[in-house]
Formats: sequence, structure tokens, C-alpha cells
Amino acid sequence: MTEPSFAKDLTAGPTAAPPLRAHSPEVSAAKARRWGAFYYAEQVLRVMKGYGWSIFLYSVGQPAAYLFAMGVGLATLVDTNTAEVFGGVSYIAFIAPALLISAAVMTAATEFTFPVMDGFKWRRVYYGPHASPLTPEQIAGGQIIAVTIRFLLQSVIYFVIVAMFGASPSGWGWASVVVATLAGLSFGLPLMAYAASIKEDKGQFAMVMRFIVMPLFLFSGTFFPLDTLPVLVRWIGWISPIWHGTELGRVMTYGYDESPVLTIIHVVFLLGLAWLGWVLTKRQFVRRMGQ
Amino acid sequence: MSAKAAGATPPQYVITAEDLTKTYGDVTAVDGISFSVPAGESFGLLGPNGAGKSTTMKMIGGVAQRTSGSLTIMGLDPEQHGPEVRAHLGVVPQQDNLDEELKVRDNLLVYGRYFGLPMSYLRPKADELLEFAQLTDKAKSKVDALSGGMKRRLTIARSLINEPRILLLDEPTTGLDPQARHILWDRLFRLKEQGVTLILTTHYMDEAEQLCDRIIVVDKGRIMAEGSPASLIRDYSTREVLELRFGSERNASIAGELEGIGERLETLPDRVLIYTHDGEAALEEVSARGLRPLTSLVRRSSLEDVFLRLTGRSLVD
Repeated sequence: MTEPSFAKDLTAGPTAAPPLRAHSPEVSAAKARRWGAFYYAEQVLRVMKGYGWSIFLYSVGQPAAYLFAMGVGLATLVDTNTAEVFGGVSYIAFIAPALLISAAVMTAATEFTFPVMDGFKWRRVYYGPHASPLTPEQIAGGQIIAVTIRFLLQSVIYFVIVAMFGASPSGWGWASVVVATLAGLSFGLPLMAYAASIKEDKGQFAMVMRFIVMPLFLFSGTFFPLDTLPVLVRWIGWISPIWHGTELGRVMTYGYDESPVLTIIHVVFLLGLAWLGWVLTKRQFVRRMGQ
Repeated sequence: MSAKAAGATPPQYVITAEDLTKTYGDVTAVDGISFSVPAGESFGLLGPNGAGKSTTMKMIGGVAQRTSGSLTIMGLDPEQHGPEVRAHLGVVPQQDNLDEELKVRDNLLVYGRYFGLPMSYLRPKADELLEFAQLTDKAKSKVDALSGGMKRRLTIARSLINEPRILLLDEPTTGLDPQARHILWDRLFRLKEQGVTLILTTHYMDEAEQLCDRIIVVDKGRIMAEGSPASLIRDYSTREVLELRFGSERNASIAGELEGIGERLETLPDRVLIYTHDGEAALEEVSARGLRPLTSLVRRSSLEDVFLRLTGRSLVD
């Protein structure tokens, strides 16, 4: 095989730099096998950077608005009447971890739906990297890494605002950032697998928002303890990543006193659902891109 | 690519397919085709839409699993060594899949990262490729501000970011206006001159004639003929063709009166084709028989005629 003269030709001229050389295909393949998911994450983050200001304003505006409205406004009524219901902490301390976790889940509901449809169907952006050394698993993994970074950054901002409202008395409060990220993945990855299976957009994502995300948000012990609900609807909380995340968040932010077994169940539930979502997502990506 | 990177003994063929088959349920998209492509050749798959060209390209590109048969690219099976095979390739898909939300230059940088290429290489390389694709002044534009031809050129520039020695082009100029097509052909011809192996699917005969050293004519997943454009025309057609139009109502009925002129007659709904070595003489003979076509045209035979001869159908439906 002859040496490529392409690069040389293009740089020819009086001020030509030394010819550029790409590393060999073998090196490309080895690097892609090792770091491919991170290469794709880089792409997703670059795209996110394009609407970075909107992400930032949402990340600051949403907690500020919610904490002020609920934690300051509504709390003036709640705290004076039924403070004992909330385990002896202020209402704002009670809802702050719930709002933090819910925000991550809401973000998951956007980041793991429309962009996935965009990748496979609308603008078919997954098929560009698919022709490169990256594998379908790495493309899925890269998107998850990028969204995880968004969860972390968004949750850090949220937590700082929570702390500014004085709503995280415990020294372990910062760990609620990790819990929020885990809850986002726990809800988001099964949703990503579902999004990857959709061939035709018939408004499924709007249905997910209305009939899954909103009920979970309202009935996951977010604004009042789950055990104040009738037993008949309490199951919504038990299967909800928001409830498991919120309870775990409360342990972190104000030392909510619950059985250690329950705490372990929360962690196992969140990890298990995220893992199941990842397995299903990988399978969908490989199946759909290998056709 | 260094000699070391290509292996101590470079393979004679960069691509070898044996009895390659792909089925989707009951549909056989590719039906046992075999071919080999030596390094540096421009190899074309010519056929109508749905002939199995794109499916073949996807299998070569290591993104679709074959149902049976064998396939090697640079001596590697794309199903066993997907990333290694794809690292050798540049791919221009039928449908552009650029990152519309990123700027033009960023599309090249991001794509180069998928090959693990460092930014110190990618930044100047992206500028070179933008110049090659005549898009330097669009470097900071968003992709959705580009015309169809520009997007196509950007897709080609993107496929070259890793300096591939094999470039897969699936219908590279479909949907482009004639001027944009010629600019693109010029760029592809330069790559061919630099020794890049081009694998091209097209249903445009002029494109195949311009760019390909060798062609396989594909229909319904099977290879109908193989050879250089000139040899295919020589083997399956005559030197010239006389095209006559008598009006869509009369073409079929008048064909009988043209019997004996030229070597072969083909009646299509809109015209009658007379295959002959001397078109002008054939036209004189038509006039001598007292037939007055609405229009007449003498032209050289093309791959379109080869395809018509082989399948009884036109290439572009």
C-alpha cells in the first residue's frame, strides 16, 4: 500500500507545516475499545454546552423558586400546624431533599427520551459514531456518562441553594448530590431502554411525563410523608425511585431516623433499577444498530 | 499509514466477500454475492433502489451482521473485529447524520475524537479538510445553515478525519444539483488519485462511469455483471444508440416497423432504442422506411443500456 499523500498535498505551499499524520487504525481501535464511551460523552457534553446557559438558569431558578414558594411560603402554614408530622424538622428541611431528587428525575425524563429518539430516528446522530470504531454499547454508555455529569452539576447547584436556605442541617448533606444522581439514573435508564425501543413517535414521551413522572412526583413522599397516604396508593411510593431517593436523601440531609434495613433497601432498589435499565438499554442499542 | 500499521505483508485485496447474504425475515436483501477489491481501486456497486447496495455497504462497514457467507476487510472479519475494521474506514452514509447542533468545524473535531485522535492533530487537520471541502468560510456556522451540497462535502470531510485508506460512499450525490455533484466528483477523483480505495454505490450511471475502475451491476441482491464501465458497455451493448420518440401512444405499435434496423431493439413506454454501431446510418434507414419520429437522438451507449439489457428495467425508476 502506498503512503498517503493526501495530507501533504493539502498543506503544500510556501508556509507548509510538517505533514500531519493520524495514528494507525490499530491505535485508533485500541483507544476506542478502552475510552470509546468517554469519547461519545465528550460529544454529548459539547452539544449540551450549546444550551449551557439554559441548563444553568434552570438549575438555579428551579430550586430557588420551589424552595422559596414551598419552604418559605407554604411552610409558614405547615410548620405552625403540623410540625410533628415531619419528624420534628422544619417543612423546608423535609421537602428540600425531595425536591433535589425530583429535579434529577425530571431531568432524566428529558435527557433520556428526546435525545435518544433524535439519535435513532429524527436526526440519526447515533449512526455517525456507529460508523467509527465506537460500539453501540459505548454510544449508550457515553450518553449516560454525559447525563450523569449533568445530574451531578445540577444537584451540586441545587444542594448549595438548599444549604443557603439552611435546609440541610446534617454534615452528610452533600451526599444527597450522589443520591440524586443515582435516583436520576435509576429512573432514567429503564426509560432510556424504552425510548430506544420506540420506532414511531406517537406522543409516548408526553404520556410518560403525565402518567408516570407526575404521579411519582406527587405520591412519593415528596410534600408529605408516604405513610399519611391511604395504603391503597402507598405502593406508588414503594416502586418509585423518587421515594427511595428522597428517603435516602433525608437520611443524609437531616439524619432522618429510619431502620438501617430500609436504608439498605433504598440503595439496593436504586442500584438494581439502574443496573436493569443499563442491561436493557445496551440490548436495545445493540439490536437496533446491528440491523 | 505506515508499513508496520498495514502489516508486514499487506493483503492483496482490501475487501473480500464470498457468498455474502443478508436476509430480513422473508426478504433476501443480498443474495450470495462475491467480489474482491484490491487496494487503490475505485469499485462501484451499480443498481436501482432496493438492489441491496446499501445493505452490502453496511456489512462492509461493520455495522450490519451478515446472515451467511464470509467477509474480510483488511484481512479482518468485521463481526469479530468491528472497531478494528471501522478504524480503517471512512464512511459517507446515504443519509447525512451530521451533528446539526454543533458548528461545522466542531463536527470534524468531535468525529476525530471517536478515533482517539488528539486535539493537537485534529485542529490543523480539521482546517485542512475544511479547505479540501471548500467550507473554510463556513467553519463557524451551524450545520443546519449549510446547503445540501455543503452538508455532503462536510460529511465527506468528516469521513477523512482519520486518513482512511478505504472510503465507503453510499449514494454520495443523490439529491444534489448538477453543479454540486461535479464539485463532489472532483473531490472524490482527487482522493482516488491519492490512492484511496473508493467503494461506491450509485444508481447514476454517469457517476459510475466517472469514478469507478470496476463495477458490479446488482439487481435484487444478486450480481448481474462485473467489469470496467467500458468493458461492460462493450460486452452488453453496442457502440451507439439511436433514441426515437413517436409519442407515448405510438412507440409500441411502430416498433414492428423498425425490425431489422441495428442489432437490437428495445421498446420503452416513452421511446424506442435502437442499438447499433452506427447511429446516423440507422437514422437514415428509419427515414428511408418513411417513418417520422417526433424526436431522434444518436448517443454513445452507457451503463444505463447495460442495465436495461441485463434486467429489462431502467436504473432510475
